[in-house]
Amino acid sequence: MSGRIVIGVDVGGTFTDIFVLDEAAGTVKTGKVPSTRGDQSKGFVEGIGGLVPDFSAIGTVVHGTTVGTNALLERKGARTGIITTAGFRDVLEMRRRDRPTTWGLAGSFEPVVERPDRVEVDERVLADGTVRLAVDPESVRAQAMALREAGCEAACVFFINGYANDTNERVAVEAVRSVWPNAHVTAATEILPEIREFERLSTATLNAYLQPVVSSYLDRLETGLKGRGFGGDVLIVQSNGGVMSVETAKRYPVRTALSGPAAGVIAATAIASAAGFDNIITCDMGGTSFDVSLVAGGEAALAAQTAIDFGMVVRTPMIEITTIGAGGGSIASVDKSGLLQVGPESAGSDPGPVCYGLGNDRPTVTDANLVLGRINAARPIGGKLDRLDVEAARAAIARVVAGPLGLSVEDAAEAILKLANAKMAGAIRLVSIEKGHDPARFAAMPFGGGGALHTGALIKEVGLGSALVPRFPGVTSALGCVVADMRHDRVQTVNRLVDQVDTAALGREMEAEAGAIRGVLEASGIAFAAIDTVYELDMLYLGQTHTVSVTLDGAGPDLTAADIRTAFERAYRAAYGRLLDGIAMRVMNYRVAVIGRRPDLDMAVFAPENGKPAEACRTGTRTVWCDGAAHEAGVYERLDLAAGERIAGPALMEQADTTIFVDPGLEAVVDAFGNLVIRRMEVSHG
Amino acid sequence: MSIDAVTLAILKGRLEQIADEMDATLFRSAFNPIIAEAHDASHGIYDAVTGETLVQGKSGLPIFVGVMAFAVKAVIDKAAASGGVHEGDVWIFNDPYDGGTHLSDFRLVKPVFRDGSLFCFLASVGHWHDVGGNVPGNYNPVATESFQEGMLIPPVKLYDKGEWRQDIVDILSANSRLPLSLYGDLNGQINALDLGERRIHALIDDYGDGTVADCLGELKERAAQMMRAQIASLPDGTVSAEDFLDNDGIVDEPLKIALDMTIDGDRMVLDFSRSSPACAGPVNISRSTTIAACYVALKHVFGDVPANAGVLEPVDFRIPEESLLSVKAPKPVGGYTETILRLIDVVFEAVARIAPDDAMACAYGTINALSLAGHRANGQRWVMFSFFGGGHGAHGHGDGLNHGNAPISTATIPPLEILEAAYPVCFTQWALRPDSGGAGEHRGGLGAIYEIELMEKSADVFLFGERGKFAPRGVAGGGDAAVNRFTFQQNDGEHQPPMVSKMIGIKLKQGQKVRLETPGGGGHGDPGKRPAAAIARDVRLGYVSPEAAERDYGFEAGNGEAGQ
Repeated sequence: MSGRIVIGVDVGGTFTDIFVLDEAAGTVKTGKVPSTRGDQSKGFVEGIGGLVPDFSAIGTVVHGTTVGTNALLERKGARTGIITTAGFRDVLEMRRRDRPTTWGLAGSFEPVVERPDRVEVDERVLADGTVRLAVDPESVRAQAMALREAGCEAACVFFINGYANDTNERVAVEAVRSVWPNAHVTAATEILPEIREFERLSTATLNAYLQPVVSSYLDRLETGLKGRGFGGDVLIVQSNGGVMSVETAKRYPVRTALSGPAAGVIAATAIASAAGFDNIITCDMGGTSFDVSLVAGGEAALAAQTAIDFGMVVRTPMIEITTIGAGGGSIASVDKSGLLQVGPESAGSDPGPVCYGLGNDRPTVTDANLVLGRINAARPIGGKLDRLDVEAARAAIARVVAGPLGLSVEDAAEAILKLANAKMAGAIRLVSIEKGHDPARFAAMPFGGGGALHTGALIKEVGLGSALVPRFPGVTSALGCVVADMRHDRVQTVNRLVDQVDTAALGREMEAEAGAIRGVLEASGIAFAAIDTVYELDMLYLGQTHTVSVTLDGAGPDLTAADIRTAFERAYRAAYGRLLDGIAMRVMNYRVAVIGRRPDLDMAVFAPENGKPAEACRTGTRTVWCDGAAHEAGVYERLDLAAGERIAGPALMEQADTTIFVDPGLEAVVDAFGNLVIRRMEVSHG
Repeated sequence: MSIDAVTLAILKGRLEQIADEMDATLFRSAFNPIIAEAHDASHGIYDAVTGETLVQGKSGLPIFVGVMAFAVKAVIDKAAASGGVHEGDVWIFNDPYDGGTHLSDFRLVKPVFRDGSLFCFLASVGHWHDVGGNVPGNYNPVATESFQEGMLIPPVKLYDKGEWRQDIVDILSANSRLPLSLYGDLNGQINALDLGERRIHALIDDYGDGTVADCLGELKERAAQMMRAQIASLPDGTVSAEDFLDNDGIVDEPLKIALDMTIDGDRMVLDFSRSSPACAGPVNISRSTTIAACYVALKHVFGDVPANAGVLEPVDFRIPEESLLSVKAPKPVGGYTETILRLIDVVFEAVARIAPDDAMACAYGTINALSLAGHRANGQRWVMFSFFGGGHGAHGHGDGLNHGNAPISTATIPPLEILEAAYPVCFTQWALRPDSGGAGEHRGGLGAIYEIELMEKSADVFLFGERGKFAPRGVAGGGDAAVNRFTFQQNDGEHQPPMVSKMIGIKLKQGQKVRLETPGGGGHGDPGKRPAAAIARDVRLGYVSPEAAERDYGFEAGNGEAGQ
């Protein structure tokens, strides 16, 4: 180890956030520098240099990256070729025969690999794994050469039923490499040995498409760091919330598709857990969207797949993030039936809300917050603008909403917020009530710039127990990098009835997979406080097509059919209530996850030092509209507040990266870690 | 009105979320892939007195949006004649003449009581895997009476004041080839209704029953108001559109669906008087199905109108009794999907005549219900039943989507690997179909080619399709798409069914194949206006062959797309 300094870096579209933890000194530093478009590694390295001049003192750099996400959204991956089973070149383009919107038939789809770059070879494997027709390596070599000459930089080999037997795929990959030595050749089953051809091909193709882009970025990053004397490890945050080595990230770049947001959820989990909250709902409010995730019992919920865009399906375990179109830039309007609408259309951050004065004249959620006094016009967050134009925001709301609905400007602005809050509440219900969780047991945890203005309303609307506002909401994702565990997942399709499974062999295989992953973790050179293994089966009743995730107590040769049945019934009853006696059970896939737990970060490093009493932090008052009335709300410098200080709503707390609104009837208390805990006044205690 | 606009907007979102959550519950727990994967199901909240749709989920099958109100009304009428509705009752039935669509769709209707009085109804409809009749999967292309299509259950009580009636379930199970699947789906539908009831009570607890009731009434009025505004935006006058079904599966003669659409200020008349009379085969539909199909078409045209009864308030229907579009029992209705797809086509074609710039051309227009069935070596019965995709129509702002789902549906197609793992078949092709999209300034989306080889000793093949003779139409000067084409192998070579896209009980032997080539969508606008670069790209990608490019566009290779 060259040093005891761990650095987390989250590169966003506008800013690169840096979080420095000096483990020896027990101190933290944070920094924010503009992101360098084109080559993010430049801003990355310079940003670190601004905080830690001696790179040799840095032990580990952990990175949440949006390079992969952006390449997918902007379709700027490498030109990729697909070599596939004869008759199936269009699987990627045909998707699962869906359409982008239920109503209206004007959707379109462009696959990331054009049709001429999807080529076929004769081969066929059957569903039971029988090789019906062996692949001829010569035909693969000819197709590989053709793709190479056409200008492809990466290749994906995908054969039907490869999940059941990958022999032909392995032979073909070997053949491709023999004529086209290339680090960017992917076998689909190596990325995802799971049944369902479109999902597997889409995931593998996007992986190949990202490989050259992400690999060269990571190379530049490592070179940049080494050039400054860095001799430690670089780790990359995966969509599942765990970190991986740079080497693994270059092989599986598709696992970074939600790297940035995942880091934020991990940080929120760690902060909340230290503060004594194991059940939280994270709320990340940006310009166009509101992202929520559920963390129950200290564990973030994972989803098996997600669509980055219509038809761009990535099937790898990811932190489940539910996104709705309600952000600060969401536009308010009145439709033809006279109903108020907020979003999903958004003014984003450029031109942004009317009050930015950059050309948009339709009112947004941020304009409503400004008109109602919740945002300080003289102190915009983010530091781009000097002040906000309240009068322009008022005029827009008057014209578009207040006039048509016959309301005062303040009532109209409040209506916009109420509807935006109702939409956010809907998203929270979706991840909590609809999944069987009681919201009263959860705390909302806002991060990002805008969320803390709305948490009070969410407590009231959904019946959440409380809200927890971290000390630095703006650098949450960078902090998440520092605390994230190392995690790897493996899935394999089984597709047999429980009665037909050799359970001892299955148990041994799962255990062996876990051992192999543990080897990868141990070879990373990272110190872990503990290594945990999770064994799961995807199961269903014979005849169903959707699976239930079943957690096993353990694997190994002692695994029995009775263990599997008991575990399935427990999971099925929890999901649907009614068991279906007499119907056979099927094991579709097994899943193994191995998690190397990183040592806990002592959140006491965030404790306010030399904090002051509330009165000393009060900078003035502002008129705030709430529930149809004007209130005189105290305005406080949030970061100056001492631990234990208590402030009753209505109140506003300001800091560089966010504004917090404490609604009337709620109160905020500063906890020992510098978080603000917001609760209903009547249920507060102590 | 006693409810403010903001509360209304919030409650609208909460109510829609309840219906969506009911949909999701059934999709996840259903047994048969037609519900679980193809989402051939729907849930909603209905008026306590009239049965009218108050709120419908967004994720269910679009065609059910319009038809469920008739199903709830059928229960209201039956209950009135037999002792009324009681707390704890759940009614079940599949009568298509009262409830719309076809026998495969089982409806469960549950009254929700609040403090002892009826507040609203919840309903769940799902397409069951098999309900008896002559053909596994119930798409019987030669049915002449509904008795050959499956069992018909009138509205009966599945729960009587909270008491489960096993005798009813026994009757249902005894009449299905796949009773376990039936039992699983039935349980999923009950789960969805139970969940909906809990959510409705929680909502009323939050807002009070007066506010929720006011909201439901107001939403209907707002929907009508929005629909009137949409209609008023179209020019006054009458336009006509005619399209055809290939045949009824019994007699090989085309059947006409004719629409005279009149716009008069903020009202619309949809007159189907010139359509064919009722036919012998199963492409008839009931009046309620006709109205529901028009609703789906209008909702595709005016995407932002909400899903409730108010939308149809400014629309008058002329549907002659005993016509193809308004039959009574026991006329067969099993192939209703084909007829309503054609209804949607004529609405699109009519709208294109008055507002061509924004119009959509016809989509592929056939469900292609293909069923392969047989017995395995161990005697176990298997039925592979699936619907296949095709191209979407071009529209005023772009080309049509390749390989989409039908306008009446949001169904996804099952993965071929799942089908191969479950049934003794091997797909030998699964590809886009070149030259299947209609030519135009905007080209129609491509249909698909699916080729399937049988791996067991023998199987029976059934197909229920359309558009084998009459291609999906282009609009605003755009060309027609390719027709549907089905072939099957026998010892003496390749064959096409006599009824083109409808076929019953052809025997297939091991190693023989069936091949489906589905239509694309129609084109939009004059093909002469399509940019050379776009045509060159179509040729380069193989969407359009060089011959078709020359024929349809007068395009010669080497033009456009310089440097590609």
